[in-house]
Amino acid sequence: MQEYIREFIKYKSLLYVITWREIRIKYKQSVMGFLWAILMPIFIIAAGLFVRFAISRLTGKGLDFSQVASIAVKATPWAFFISSVRFATNSLTGNINLVTKIYFPKEIFPVSAVLSQFFDFLISSLVVITLLFFGRIGVSQYLLWTIPLIILLFLMTMGLGIFLSAANLFLRDVKYIVEVFLTFAIFFTPVFYDASFAGNLEWLILLNPVAPVLEALNACVVLKKGPDWSWILYSAAVTLAGLWMAIKFFKKLEPIFAERV
Amino acid sequence: MGNQVVMELENVSKKFIMGEYYDSLRDLIPALTGKLLRSRKEDQLSKNEFWALKDVSCQISKGEAFGIIGPNGAGKSTMLKLLCGIMKPNIGRIRVDGTLSALIEVGAGFHPDLTGRENIFLNGTILGMKKKEILGKFDEIVEFSGLAEFIDTPVKRYSSGMYARLGFSVAAHVNPDILLVDEVLSVGDYQFQNKCIERMHTILRNGTTIIFVSHNLKAVGELCNRAMLLEKGHVNSIGETGNIIRKYTEIATGDTPGKKNQDAYIHKVVLRDEKAESVQFETGSKVWADVHIIARKSIEYLGVTFDLKDEKNFVLFGTSTYRLANATFQVDSESKMMCTFELDLHLAPGVFHVGIGLFNYADKKFHDLKTNATSIIIHSERDIFSVGSLNLYPKVTTNLPDGSWTSLA
Repeated sequence: MQEYIREFIKYKSLLYVITWREIRIKYKQSVMGFLWAILMPIFIIAAGLFVRFAISRLTGKGLDFSQVASIAVKATPWAFFISSVRFATNSLTGNINLVTKIYFPKEIFPVSAVLSQFFDFLISSLVVITLLFFGRIGVSQYLLWTIPLIILLFLMTMGLGIFLSAANLFLRDVKYIVEVFLTFAIFFTPVFYDASFAGNLEWLILLNPVAPVLEALNACVVLKKGPDWSWILYSAAVTLAGLWMAIKFFKKLEPIFAERV
Repeated sequence: MGNQVVMELENVSKKFIMGEYYDSLRDLIPALTGKLLRSRKEDQLSKNEFWALKDVSCQISKGEAFGIIGPNGAGKSTMLKLLCGIMKPNIGRIRVDGTLSALIEVGAGFHPDLTGRENIFLNGTILGMKKKEILGKFDEIVEFSGLAEFIDTPVKRYSSGMYARLGFSVAAHVNPDILLVDEVLSVGDYQFQNKCIERMHTILRNGTTIIFVSHNLKAVGELCNRAMLLEKGHVNSIGETGNIIRKYTEIATGDTPGKKNQDAYIHKVVLRDEKAESVQFETGSKVWADVHIIARKSIEYLGVTFDLKDEKNFVLFGTSTYRLANATFQVDSESKMMCTFELDLHLAPGVFHVGIGLFNYADKKFHDLKTNATSIIIHSERDIFSVGSLNLYPKVTTNLPDGSWTSLA
């Protein structure tokens, strides 16, 4: 594992350049350019608001700004998660030329896919911060927790991306499965609703390792309280174990990438 | 040239599976259950497998230009992929000492939507250059490609020649310890190809080891001092480039050494200069071709034909003993004879093939015909200021006044 990491670091300038390429290509020849990075999360937040509005009409409870803020705080990282997973899954098959022709650590592709989406996430975060500022949500010391939480989400996404990119290279069905999975995942993840919404079955919702992170982000930013530690630890454990296994899996298959594409 | 070995292959073998892989789940699940029951050994082939390379061993020294040639399907591409580490051999070991960069399919890392400038940075990094290094060599790269005015145009608007030229220019400015070169030298027009070869010589002089895998015998002949001939995954032979190229043309044209049931046959053809046997000559020098003939029966009215073809087997020159002496000769049964052709090699640098025939003027047929009896490799120390196969030693004079000539650049 140390050896993998050392080699990966050796090629860090390549990681940087490939990430830069992904970002550059995405916004080339589009009229809106970087505005897309802002618009996409706004669409997701708008969809969430629509759902919340419908729920509040049905239940007769009012809709206050903190609920709007919750949706913004959870939907933006969620958008990062799904677009990264989708993008990373296709990152090896989309670069066949480089995979089969030139030697370098190939996990650069899924990692740079996640990094380029992370760039979009940072831009859209600015929108969310502006929204929170004008909504007078206010600040608290718990805001500091957002940084490790986002790192945790990043590592989780990266692990999944590394695993899926290699799997998709061998079995092209993977990308269809991922597509279906991502489409329906929003129903099983507390993005537009809170985990507590599920009542007794809250634990079932939180078993999804993304869920505790989203809930904790909401807690730290909007509710101004600390994360639920036991669930965050669970999430971190799943992330680290997953990442370790993903790298092992990837490295084991890497020597036969060129033969099997 | 040092004797330090920078790359060593030990009994390298690689097998491939023929036919379809299982690349969808539907096919995989039944296949996996089958696979678990069977245990596999690395040195044995199962039903659908074949050896793409078998028992390849060789050593390549520092500063050497080593060629790998062979017909289609000989395993050249597999060899390249093993050498640059994209694939691992099933058996054997490859030891590499130093940094290695592969000049394979130039422009593989290009992205069509990015401009030439952006692609130089992208491709340079992929080939292992640091950003500072690229910045330092940027102007040189652009100048080499000759694409200065299009450098801020997305490469998707480039012609395929421009694309390849830019790709080669980037790759040619990487300075690794070992450089793997594919067919890339055959890109661009004639002028650019010459520029590429020149660049390779510069890289060689700077101490880089070059491993050159190609069909282009002319380029291999010009660049490499040693070569390996691969045939159906096996090493046919390793040795001095000229001999290896000759062997290649022999297996390529299916010439076999003299059939023993003929009345008379060409035993061997030996090329030599003033001093010794050789297949490499300087442009303009003299060559002697000794044709050794063995006769089983006595034959009258014999003649030996000689022809010289370029790399594409286009006949450039032909002569015969009959034309030169205006007479045929006769041989006794069970005798040996030799005739020598002496020629001035007014040829441009490249590879040429010599065809020798043993013609019977009585019944108008060949006793023996070797279309590729041997090959000649022509070198030139200096630029010969021309294109094409021949060297006609051009000079120019005009009646323009002095000062009408302006140098470009």
